[in-house]
Amino acid sequence: MSEQSSKSQPGRVIPVGLAPPPRPTLPRLGPPPLQPTERKGHGQAERPRLASRRPKLHALAEAAIRVLAFSSIAAVVLIFVFIGKEAWPLFHDSAIWKEVTLAKMWFAQQWPGYDAPEHVWQPVSEIPKYAVWPLVVGTLKVTLVAMLVAVPLGVGSALFVSQYAGRRLREIIKPTVELLAGIPSVVLGFFALMVMATWLQHALGLDSRLNALVAGVALSFAIIPVVFTVSEEAFGAVPRSYVEASTALGAARWQTIVRVVIPAAGPGVAAGVALGLGRAVGETMIVLMASGNAAILSANPADSVRTISATIAAELAEVVFGGAHYTVLFFLGVLLFAFTLATNLLGEFAIGRMRRRLGGVA
Amino acid sequence: MHKPQAQSTGIRTRGRGILGGVTQGLALAVALLAPLATAAGEITVKGSDTMVILGQRWAEEYMRAHPTATIQVTGGGSGTGISALINGTTDVCQASRAMSAAEKEKLRDRYATVGVEIPVARDGLSVYVNASNPLGEITMDQLKLIFTGKVTNWKELGGPDAKIVVYSRENSSGTYVFFKEHVLKNADYTVRAQSMPGTAAVVNAVAKEKFGIGYGGAAYAKGIKLLKVKKDSDSAAIPPDEAHVKDGSYPLSRPLFFYLRNKPTGDVGAFVDWVLSASGQAIVTKVGYYPLK
Repeated sequence: MSEQSSKSQPGRVIPVGLAPPPRPTLPRLGPPPLQPTERKGHGQAERPRLASRRPKLHALAEAAIRVLAFSSIAAVVLIFVFIGKEAWPLFHDSAIWKEVTLAKMWFAQQWPGYDAPEHVWQPVSEIPKYAVWPLVVGTLKVTLVAMLVAVPLGVGSALFVSQYAGRRLREIIKPTVELLAGIPSVVLGFFALMVMATWLQHALGLDSRLNALVAGVALSFAIIPVVFTVSEEAFGAVPRSYVEASTALGAARWQTIVRVVIPAAGPGVAAGVALGLGRAVGETMIVLMASGNAAILSANPADSVRTISATIAAELAEVVFGGAHYTVLFFLGVLLFAFTLATNLLGEFAIGRMRRRLGGVA
Repeated sequence: MHKPQAQSTGIRTRGRGILGGVTQGLALAVALLAPLATAAGEITVKGSDTMVILGQRWAEEYMRAHPTATIQVTGGGSGTGISALINGTTDVCQASRAMSAAEKEKLRDRYATVGVEIPVARDGLSVYVNASNPLGEITMDQLKLIFTGKVTNWKELGGPDAKIVVYSRENSSGTYVFFKEHVLKNADYTVRAQSMPGTAAVVNAVAKEKFGIGYGGAAYAKGIKLLKVKKDSDSAAIPPDEAHVKDGSYPLSRPLFFYLRNKPTGDVGAFVDWVLSASGQAIVTKVGYYPLK
């Protein structure tokens, strides 16, 4: 009687003693036979009946997911189209050319009141001057200082955490470095302006408090977590078999690291550096507050600099829409966007290559 | 009997799939960016950083006295405010300089009016140096030489042998333009002049920099020394205090303006009248500027 009820009510709990004996399982050779509910070409083994009953719901869900997936691509495309559209008059509008041309932006001009041809950025003036080189050089100077500080620190910490540190130490260091990424850039800029600038001036005897060095060091705090995270993933992805093989051949720890681990993780570390570079070039708040914003064209890192991002941030609010100044600022935006896009794409490409090479999930 | 089910297990890309996806993405973006409506009857005041604290105090006092009014005050520089006036994104523009002919032209093109200029207070543009600087007074000509970069060392002015660190404002600032017109006589600032985002930033920078020099509104001067200015080497050195700014003997005294597109009426008119009244002018003194009378 219990057997009968167990068949008609399959969900009921049956006392063990009355359960039917288990069927002997034989070892299988080859793929399992297709069950009646499985059909070739279906991802879902159990629910073709439901889907066939509600094709509209299924299609709606798919459309919603597709929209979300493509909306971020759409946003990037839209942004590029918009800033390109606003910068376009620089290339064809003769009204803009009366005030500024591409030649005037890229070559030194002899302005009245100056002794020699110079690159001058002074757009609010009787004669507006739009030399772009001081801004480009300023951006590169700050980025270079930031990379020179961030890359050794970031890669070094990643190496230490993945190769030398014990588990306890790793669990302390890794979250702490990644905590740096959570500090808002305006806080870093404020800290640089108030504290670091004075300290660096006293320590190094610099003429001006706010310069490329201060801005670069503050910027490196923002980049270190980026470089660290990606490099640490790269070092961690080096297969243990490489390290074990090297040790088996008699290499010392540091020899293994220098000759096996670092070359194997090379593309990953390069990807981290590329992502950090993209971040450094686009960072605005830190340089706006700590770099002094003087458009000086020089190689000296102790000079104040004006970066492209700070220029756009400081000046875009005041320009009248559609004027020459407005167009030049959007052109600078296009430059910045193109450079950051290129470095980020390079970084993504290198990460993909690293993962494929070391056998991780691509 | 049994129709083959063409079930898809992933994103289909038949022909217009990707384009369709992008269009749907755009539609989503546009839908999410529905314009933010501003409250009806709200007065927007935008412009000069020199005047932003004054504007905020006025707004606070006025809203306390008239609870139904809403006033929104932002800074950004006189240039920003004038642009906003021309672009139609503000009711009142605060400016620490006069509108230029080119700006009036742009306003006329868009709104068929040259705008209404209302002086609301007076300011004595001050020159700051660090408290430890031995210099106490300076001529207009020396100021011009320093800020155009012709004089680069304090010893040329009788001070210590050290490079002068020049602090200026961003070019969206009315103070920047006023200083350029009245002190530099329309010459360019030196490329070495560091641009600070506001008067408070200039004061802070000069207070920390032993050999710095900067300029800005009188109301912000704390922790640094204000220089007395001489029109030329033979005149008397005038300090930027109330008496000398009001009678115009201080060479760098300037009016602070409200600019509007049309004669003020309604809510805006009531606010402007209040600002020009005794209660509004009392706040001017409290903030540190000088009233009209």
